[in-house]
Amino acid sequence: MFFPEDCCSQQKIEIFMLTNTIIFSNQLPTLQYSSTSEQFDETWEAPLSILLGLGRAAGADFIEFFLERHNYISCLAEDDVITSISPSLATGAGVRVFRGKADCYVSTNNLTFIGLKAALEKGLAILGLQLPTANAFIPEINLEIFRDYASRRGKDSWLGLCSSIQEMGEVLLDSTGQLQKKVSHVQSRRANYFRDWQEVLVAGSDGTFARDIRLTQSVALNVLCADGANRVSIGDRTGNTSDANFLRTWDAEKSAATVGESAGKMLYADYVESGNYPIIMANHFGGVIFHEACGHLLETTQIERKTTPFADQKGQKIAHESLTAWDEGRSENAFGTIDMDDEGMPAQRTLLIEKGVLKNFLADRAGSLRTGHPRTGSGRRQNYTYAAASRMRNTYIATGEYSTQDLFASIDKGIYCKKMGGGSVGATGQFNFGVDEAYLIENGKITKPLKGAILIGEAKEIMNKVSMCSQDLELAPGFCGSVSGSIYTTVGQPHIKVDSITVGGR
Amino acid sequence: MPNIQEIASRAQENAHKLGIQKFDIYGSIVDETNVQVDQGEAKQVKASNRSGVIVRVWNEDNTMGVTSTTDVDSSGLELALKTAYEASFFGVKEHVPDFSPEATAPLENQSSEKFPQAPVNQLIEKLVSAEKELLSAHPAIKGVPYNGLAQRDIDRFYLNSAGALRNESHSFASIYLYSKTEEENKRPRSAGAVKIDHSLATLDINGCIKEAAEKTISHLNYEKIESGKYQVVFSADAFLSLLGAFSNLFNAQNILDHQSLSKPEDLGKQIASPLISVEDDGLHQANIGADTFDDEGTPIRRISLIESGVLKSFLHSAGTAKRLNSQPTGNAGIGAKVSISPNFYHVFAAQSAQHELSLATAENVILIDELQALHAGVKSLQGSFSLPFDGWLVNKGIKTSIESATVAGDFLELLQSIIYVEKEVEFTPGGVCPRIWVNELSITGE
Repeated sequence: MFFPEDCCSQQKIEIFMLTNTIIFSNQLPTLQYSSTSEQFDETWEAPLSILLGLGRAAGADFIEFFLERHNYISCLAEDDVITSISPSLATGAGVRVFRGKADCYVSTNNLTFIGLKAALEKGLAILGLQLPTANAFIPEINLEIFRDYASRRGKDSWLGLCSSIQEMGEVLLDSTGQLQKKVSHVQSRRANYFRDWQEVLVAGSDGTFARDIRLTQSVALNVLCADGANRVSIGDRTGNTSDANFLRTWDAEKSAATVGESAGKMLYADYVESGNYPIIMANHFGGVIFHEACGHLLETTQIERKTTPFADQKGQKIAHESLTAWDEGRSENAFGTIDMDDEGMPAQRTLLIEKGVLKNFLADRAGSLRTGHPRTGSGRRQNYTYAAASRMRNTYIATGEYSTQDLFASIDKGIYCKKMGGGSVGATGQFNFGVDEAYLIENGKITKPLKGAILIGEAKEIMNKVSMCSQDLELAPGFCGSVSGSIYTTVGQPHIKVDSITVGGR
Repeated sequence: MPNIQEIASRAQENAHKLGIQKFDIYGSIVDETNVQVDQGEAKQVKASNRSGVIVRVWNEDNTMGVTSTTDVDSSGLELALKTAYEASFFGVKEHVPDFSPEATAPLENQSSEKFPQAPVNQLIEKLVSAEKELLSAHPAIKGVPYNGLAQRDIDRFYLNSAGALRNESHSFASIYLYSKTEEENKRPRSAGAVKIDHSLATLDINGCIKEAAEKTISHLNYEKIESGKYQVVFSADAFLSLLGAFSNLFNAQNILDHQSLSKPEDLGKQIASPLISVEDDGLHQANIGADTFDDEGTPIRRISLIESGVLKSFLHSAGTAKRLNSQPTGNAGIGAKVSISPNFYHVFAAQSAQHELSLATAENVILIDELQALHAGVKSLQGSFSLPFDGWLVNKGIKTSIESATVAGDFLELLQSIIYVEKEVEFTPGGVCPRIWVNELSITGE
């Protein structure tokens, strides 16, 4: 037992009693840890708790380690050949250090104790903090009992149960074969599948110590059709999280039929005449309207940047009274479903808007610290190279009171946006999204197909124009890119009517 | 991270152990720091040191598999080689990728210069100062919500079992500033600028501030635009982004996959106005930190894509060059399926126009500064686009900012409708290009 020279008897007793949980700074170079490299488990507790303690002893207010192992594969079928199989393996870690409300983030591929310590030291130095002097106490952080969602929910076996490369190839070639049968005037057929397996471990100086496994899979079909001067490119995507059997149960024939139907109609579509129209947006991926026009603006990330018009409108009416909207990470198998966020907090079900009134924002740890809004389990990131930020999960407009027929009957001339492309929202609150499949509505009836439409508007205004919501809520997988990278999300809604919106076209 | 010689040596050892005769590896190490500020204080600082390699392995049947990994120690490389070998039995049997025939050809003008990285507090200091100066440019500018100052060192290499070994290093520094305005009874407006250079010392921070401020102020007084057909002038940035969105026109892999607006027999066809020429010139002096070899080790070079409106050549990987009886052009991206992308567009006037046009005298033209939502509003395989933009209505030199509008058209028709290519080019991080005048496009006002 080693005691500093100036240690009094009382202190020696205290140190003796606390021997198991306190080390001295000059012991650090002698520490050896061999954590399990094949998976993240309790063997990581000791080194991480020491490193967290080191950071706190250096004067940081909060430290968090995010460790990641990543096993990804994608497979591409073009016409009747598998042209690409791309496996990718990665391990990495990020350490986030807070001093007051300022923070820094350092990422590394080196997950040894020395590597993680070096990353921590770099982070501390960036914030003007130094490692404790010789003989300083370094109380390790007492982490919670290991919260292992992966083991509790049987996720450890997922990777081994997923489809083999052989199976992937067979399913995709079958699907491009289905496209050949279901689609006419085909110039090229593609089927693309990916499986993204991610194991994460989060340890924080507030005691957070949690592990999870995420399994995200998606398959997309795409055709390019041409008939003379007429060309159309149409796709359909299905996605799932949590089901190792996803590819085995995916209905390729149904997906190909959907693509075929859309392609057949859109190949000969006229270009939309630009103007202001009432529109009906379909359910499923139509939910991108809420995602872009409102969802992003309810992230605390946007409050921090002062790029949301809703920052001080909690409790106030920001949307039409027919609109209620949720963001949650709980829907079974939905693309944005997570047991815990990337900061170790269980994903919550967050009511964003209730009958037009703003109820909650989406907050990660930093967002909560800087804006005062409570955390919602929304801290997400693409991978270890990013600090987490408040992001969406499964975001959708709730079912309404009307039937779909009611919506169409209310429109003399408008546009039915059946299938949406992507979109974005800018710093000023201006949003936009592309429409992949649209139809003219005349006297309540769908008439001719239209192409080339893009919808633009102001976030503050558009939510007050969603005047009718139907009852057929459906969710759709999507990818969202923002400050913490590209993440998997779900959009969704029932059929909705927007009273008026600008449609850009020819 | 081990150095290249160590990786090469470990790769050879592991390949021999696994009985692999033919393989190649592309890898990179990135060391970067970037800072963001908010109202005079550091908001977030990020630092990272990351490495990664992509390994391709050919088996005894000469089919190929690939794996990418961040683990470049001996066991990581062994696992990557093994996984790639297993995947190779599912690889394509026709048009199997091969080493580039130019992987050992001499490189032109190679320079591997790295500049020392400035300490983080210096980055923060400079960015805080830049933010302050931008905020003080006009009382309406209330924030700079999107800002960043970064510096980055990249080391990259390519090696193969036939003895090719290439490596190079670069340093970059970059700054972006996007401001936001607030004025009573007016919509918020936003504009920004980006600058890149080799190091912090040479980075034109003042130029970035000035450009962001001038653009923002020019958008303060805005008006709605009436929908209709207009003569349109694309800024360098805007035209380059549109050209990039339709780069399948020149992409030999896209062409072979029937995923392009071009066909192989389109070479020699007049696809654009004779006023315009386009090159892919990765070695252009304005291309900061230009790579000298692509991911297959092929030397990068200048390629004439459009010459006086005529489609002259495509961009090739080693594989597409073989299939189309051409030469690799240094545009390959390594992977299970080799991809192709442009390096650095250089757009310029092919000939003097009969009538020179000028914003000082033109009436009611739309000057598009920046296009948005390219990921949503471009149908690259159909040739059509419908995009929101930032810009002005210009009438005899007087610019009025447009409140909110979209521009729509067909890209091939646009190329044919170019009526003037200005002489003076602008150097941007994405390429070199002058302003491009187009006869008529559809504009929709909100």
